[in-house]
Amino acid sequence: MILTVAWVAPLLGAIALAAFPRWSETRARQWATAVAALSLLMLVIAWVGFDAAGPLFQHVDELRWVPSIGVAYRVGVDGIALAVATMSALLFVAAIIYPVNTLGQPRQYYAWMLFLQAMSLGVFLALDMLLFYVFFDLTLVGMFFLIGRWGHGTPDVSALKFFLYTFAGSLLLLLAIIGLYLSLDPYTFDMRVLIQQQPLAGSGLYAGLVFLALMLGFAIKTPLVPLHTWLPQAHVDAPGPVSAILAGVLLKMGTYGMIRLPFAMMQATFAKYSLIVGIVALVAILYGALVALGQSNLKRRIAYTSINHMGYTVLGIAVAAALFVDNPAARQLALTGATVEMIAHGLITGALFLICGSFWQRTGDYELDHYGGLAHQVPLLTGFTVLAAFASLGMPGLAGFVAEFQIFAGTFAIYPWLAVLAVLGILLTAALFLDMLRRLFFGELPSHLGQFSELKRAEWGVLGVLSLGILVIGIYPRFLLTLIEASSAILVGGR
Amino acid sequence: MPLGDLLPEITLLVGAVIIVLFASFASHERQIWAAGLALAALALAAVFSLMQWQQPPALTFSGVWALDTAAVAAKLLILLTGAIAVALSPDWMRSDRRHGEYYALCLFTLLGVIMMASAHDSMELVVGILLSSTASYPLVAYHRGFKPALEAGMKYFLIGALTNSLLVIGVVLLFGLVGDTDYARTMEVLAASSDGAPLALSVAVACIVLGLTFKLAAFPGHAWMPDVAQGAPAPVAALLTVAPKIGAAVALARFVSLLPESQSWPLIVALIAVITMTLGNLAALKQTDVRRLLGWSSVSQSGYALMAVVVIGAEPQALGALLAFLAAYALANLAAFAVVTHLRGRTALPDYHGLGRTQPIATAVLILALLSLTGIPPLVGFFGKFLLFKVTIAGGYGWLAVIAAINTVLSLFYYLRVIAVMMFKPLEGEVHVLGRWSWLAMLVSVILLLVASLGAEGGLALMDAMRLAG
Repeated sequence: MILTVAWVAPLLGAIALAAFPRWSETRARQWATAVAALSLLMLVIAWVGFDAAGPLFQHVDELRWVPSIGVAYRVGVDGIALAVATMSALLFVAAIIYPVNTLGQPRQYYAWMLFLQAMSLGVFLALDMLLFYVFFDLTLVGMFFLIGRWGHGTPDVSALKFFLYTFAGSLLLLLAIIGLYLSLDPYTFDMRVLIQQQPLAGSGLYAGLVFLALMLGFAIKTPLVPLHTWLPQAHVDAPGPVSAILAGVLLKMGTYGMIRLPFAMMQATFAKYSLIVGIVALVAILYGALVALGQSNLKRRIAYTSINHMGYTVLGIAVAAALFVDNPAARQLALTGATVEMIAHGLITGALFLICGSFWQRTGDYELDHYGGLAHQVPLLTGFTVLAAFASLGMPGLAGFVAEFQIFAGTFAIYPWLAVLAVLGILLTAALFLDMLRRLFFGELPSHLGQFSELKRAEWGVLGVLSLGILVIGIYPRFLLTLIEASSAILVGGR
Repeated sequence: MPLGDLLPEITLLVGAVIIVLFASFASHERQIWAAGLALAALALAAVFSLMQWQQPPALTFSGVWALDTAAVAAKLLILLTGAIAVALSPDWMRSDRRHGEYYALCLFTLLGVIMMASAHDSMELVVGILLSSTASYPLVAYHRGFKPALEAGMKYFLIGALTNSLLVIGVVLLFGLVGDTDYARTMEVLAASSDGAPLALSVAVACIVLGLTFKLAAFPGHAWMPDVAQGAPAPVAALLTVAPKIGAAVALARFVSLLPESQSWPLIVALIAVITMTLGNLAALKQTDVRRLLGWSSVSQSGYALMAVVVIGAEPQALGALLAFLAAYALANLAAFAVVTHLRGRTALPDYHGLGRTQPIATAVLILALLSLTGIPPLVGFFGKFLLFKVTIAGGYGWLAVIAAINTVLSLFYYLRVIAVMMFKPLEGEVHVLGRWSWLAMLVSVILLLVASLGAEGGLALMDAMRLAG
């Protein structure tokens, strides 16, 4: 029940917001925060109640829905899903509290945010492939309205591009899901059955096509180079908190999907292509970092670092899929690292995009060259940005390091030369973040920034919580690793 | 004669006749009662059709008329379409001097379409197609003083005349080859003949399929659809974008099932499907007129429906998928046209700017309808499309499903353009709405859409029961 409450609560909250036209902006925000927090609380309770030595999927709920085609309402979590879902819920609470200009339609804004939260959590909690697809598609609808209505620049164009591009990916996904579904007897969409039966193992071309469609669908969402071109524009034109959700939650659906579907259900096929996936990930790592280095627009630069970081995650997944190498420990390390990278990237990039939102609220400008010397004027903002930037470039003691260390350690054991090349990505990331910090906070203060104000309470409160999360994972990752390792061990076949 | 087997059709016929008589004598204010009469006739016909549901699949009237689940389901869908179109009309037609007769023409059109769906004999099919065509030509051009309506009516008539005569030629050729018009006999003879006179048979089949593409609004008989959607009275557009498609799709499914493999009809239908959906979507991309856009989208949806016809011989569930898809399409398209009608037929895309601010309900209905047409879950359109993809892949036409998926992305683009201007643009000018009838019809159509979405299970269970007689 607890997982059902976690995703249904925000949905009901959104309906309530739509139904009460008289609520003021403050009231709407308080309500949305309370509902989002309730959902987070449910996931935390589920986390506490998760038995690391238990079966793969726990807290399972099952209800009849459309039995004639083998669809049912099935939710449940393994450690990976639970960790990602909890991070997402936390990020939603943060994004909802964070101040934003709602353009006179606060109820609609918070209603769409809650709707998006419900659908995003649904993606991570679903144990039924069709249900997964339903949620996966509906997140697009929520994001489309959020970017199109509350974005800046040319929001309708960006929203349209985002929806079309990612919908193309989800249709490929649908075809692949049908392909998987038709390979079972009797037909069912139950993920547990698929994971257990591995129906397409050794069925040649058909399996290859299904795998290709799945991976393309998720690669668009992740996004992997060269399917990333929707991302920068959507990010630049979205309001700050929405960007934080887009990077922190929606991108994870791509990598989470890779773990849940192709990785878990088609192990034999994934093993065959793991090197190719690894190389694509390497390209994304290097390309994302290089292009980010070349950006002079604050938000675009951070957007491209997402491509780089999601590349690490995919690299970890690809390494973990290399079934033919008899080294389950290394594979498990890589898979755990990939999951921690998802959590860390969600928190870090979420914080960075919220900070971008703060810049936009104050000046309406993302050009790095128009800033400088803010360190003295806004020490708090500087502090949080420096922390998030250092975490993002993989400084030991912060969350990013834990993740990247494990991914690289695992990769080194299996594809050493991929690891060597991918480390270059870290070097580039360091360069681009240090350059960004220099241009924003050091040097001379331009005269038009004299009025630039320090963070408000709501802002530093939210950033404080996210930063705390980054620090805790960096210093004491055990609590997170226990949860994730419980599932990654089963998935790589170690237990 | 087993007249009882035709009760729904007789009801429609009698209803239409009563309406014609009533309309000749009633005063202008009372003409609106004809709408009530038409709704009553439709409801009664629906009840009679429901009573046929439980019967085992059978043929009646010496085998020319099919009484099977597919026919009954198509009948019910067609009657529902008719009921919503009729309910949309009174406000629209109120000032028209020939208000009453309009409903009689609607009922005749529906009767013809129902005959198409139930015909188990090629002559019967011709009669159905001709009846539905002749009754709907005047409907399209009902506003004689409105140039676009006349143009649409003329185009509809000319294309109809051409394709219908081809159809008759095809039926005659087939009769010459087989010596009978009855489907069961046709199938026997075609299966028995070793050589099958391929060329003559191919010509006959081509002509008949061509005739059906006109009613389906599929390539190459599709050209009337955008004009009719744009120029005809909006309730008529709602009727003609949906009802003939249902009848023709079932008729086509019946007809191709007769053909021997030597005709390689699945490939031909697959090609028609590909061309139809791609053409419809590409043409819709550039439209700046919402009704025309819906017309082209209706063309592309015919292409999707044909996917199920392609695998009708290979996949037992294809027929169910076809009807499920048609039902989903019908509900969504009716809801979309109900909104257009309720907004007094406003048609240019700029007129939809900022509509979300003053007409939240109409906007929400249109958004739901368009998302359902795209196939966004959990709306019913998704289940329709999902079943189509499933049977197509299972029937060995994976490439067709891929093309349909690409087309779905294309279609999302133009549906979203409409949604985006309603939600994101500032409001321009005043918005006038039609009246209570159209408001109610709009509400009913969206409630049906939502109920169908939530009750997908029940619908799918029914679809499993789909059978063709004979």
